[in-house]
Amino acid sequence: MQPGDEITPLAVTPDRYLTVRYAGASGDFNPIHIDEEFAQQVGLPGKILHGLYTMAQVARAHTDVGGGPGSLKRLGVQFRGMGLPEHELVVTGTVRSVEDGVAVVECGCEQNGKRIIRNAEAELRLRLRDAS
Amino acid sequence: MAVNTGVIGKTYPTAEYAVGREKIREYAQAVGETNALHLDVTAAREAGHADVVAPPMFAVVYSFPALWPVLFDPEVGIDFSRMVHGGQEFEWGPLVVAGDEITTTVSVADVSERAGNGFYVFASESVNARGETVCSGRWSNIVRGA
Repeated sequence: MQPGDEITPLAVTPDRYLTVRYAGASGDFNPIHIDEEFAQQVGLPGKILHGLYTMAQVARAHTDVGGGPGSLKRLGVQFRGMGLPEHELVVTGTVRSVEDGVAVVECGCEQNGKRIIRNAEAELRLRLRDAS
Repeated sequence: MAVNTGVIGKTYPTAEYAVGREKIREYAQAVGETNALHLDVTAAREAGHADVVAPPMFAVVYSFPALWPVLFDPEVGIDFSRMVHGGQEFEWGPLVVAGDEITTTVSVADVSERAGNGFYVFASESVNARGETVCSGRWSNIVRGA
């Protein structure tokens, strides 16, 4: 992994009921994520994705390229706008620096051409064979 | 809107979370994890772990119980109908596996007001039974002004 390298993009389309499964798995039952009528009543287009689900996709893109869950040292993101079920999410990232066995990756997540996670930065612990 | 900066530094009672194997699997499946370490006990043990491994973002699950008190603290005074999750940062230490007991402490790291909006940053620190910090979190919330 070298500065300028792009990480393998991760693309996923959350299905219609994903937010319900994620609510159960995470414990976040805010109705804007699971109740279409409620979401529309508060001015949203419909149920929206949990920001932390989308962040989990950014994390997964990094652990996939980093070689497992132990490779992700740090991840910081800003949420912008909203993610929707049944639309593809694409996570991308570019290596900014590699130092002392840690790669810093500038990353983000886009949906329908809008960056819903931006100013994100990940630190990946490189495996020994990659760290030299 | 007025924000109460007097709560900066306030710390809340610790909350404990017992990490279950099926909870890890449920979470891993919900976020689309395909790595067998999260799903298959045999694969996790062959890789040297005591049980299935929590994905890093499972930190959300074991941290949440410690966050409720600050979110509902009248001294902090968050109006949920106007709150949006502005940002999130986690830094991870040793891996969490099923069977771990995680203790999380939450404090108010910062409160400020800009352009009529309230900015709240909460800090969480989660440690395992060996006293190792498995995850530090910074939870940034924005409460839009009236």
